[in-house]
Amino acid sequence: MNNASNRSDFRDGFFKGLPIALGYIPVSFTFGFMAVSNGLPVWMTVLISMSNLTSSGQFAGTNLILAGAGYLEITITTFIINIRYMLMSLALSQKLEPAVRLADRLILAFGITDETFAVSSMENGTISKRFFYGLISAPYFGWALGTFAGATASGVLPKELGGAMGIALYAMFIALIIPPAAKSRPVLTVVLAAVAISCIIRYIPFFSFISTGFRVILATLGAAALGALFFPQEEDVS
Amino acid sequence: MTKPIIAIFLMAAVTYLPRVLPIAILKKNISSRYIRSFLHFMPYAVLASLTFPDIFYSTTQTASAMFGTLAALTLAYFNKSLVVVALGAILAVFLFESIHLL
Repeated sequence: MNNASNRSDFRDGFFKGLPIALGYIPVSFTFGFMAVSNGLPVWMTVLISMSNLTSSGQFAGTNLILAGAGYLEITITTFIINIRYMLMSLALSQKLEPAVRLADRLILAFGITDETFAVSSMENGTISKRFFYGLISAPYFGWALGTFAGATASGVLPKELGGAMGIALYAMFIALIIPPAAKSRPVLTVVLAAVAISCIIRYIPFFSFISTGFRVILATLGAAALGALFFPQEEDVS
Repeated sequence: MTKPIIAIFLMAAVTYLPRVLPIAILKKNISSRYIRSFLHFMPYAVLASLTFPDIFYSTTQTASAMFGTLAALTLAYFNKSLVVVALGAILAVFLFESIHLL
């Protein structure tokens, strides 16, 4: 591959990452706002975002830190919420050009989030390392900057706006799944199945022993298995 | 006594591990049509199960969250960008809660 197409791959990825970065700002703002309002120092709050780069995992872990929980509880809770990344990493291992070296894989893996995973797996064909580097760069800094802004704005912002921003993360997920679901019946079926399984586990008291992290994993496995069973894809589609 | 800095390090480690293991180890292509189809549907399944029903509890009241969800679904249906959908949902929740307070 020549340099020109390397550059354009990075640019392509970078521009596809910009909307993710912008969407991250209200979410990470809420995180920074919440953590500092509850007594965590600003630098530590920003450090969490820069070293974890994950939404639900670091929200839960930080809440436990603030509640004075032990290391084991913090580690296990965060890990369970994050096990889903294993599925995404597995899927991306099939999507990434096979020639990508281990050193690059070790760095790229850090940038796998729900959103960067969704956007890259909706690309046609394989993806290059340049594309993925481009894709994750803006969201990484968006996540850190939003956290810093929220951490320092703690106390300035009206409480209602802070409360309203909690929905931003989920709205981004909706923006990623609805257009493909509206176009493809199999995708729509998988989405509805995932919602149904997730709600059944959440609301039926019999399943109340299943934590949020495992609920997401079970609903994902169930719905994707259903899709694969009833709508097997052609060989070259992935 | 839990030291936050050690807890942050542990959190970072257990966030990175599941991300890195499969992509670092697995270089061969999976040939099974079933598994490939499964991986094709996975992103939609995981995002849907992360969103529902948790989105209804993402704001201070369920009613405003439902209103925000409706706004997000509508904007997304008309192919609005990630940012527009996110900001639209925030605005919908904010307006709903402001009107409710009057």
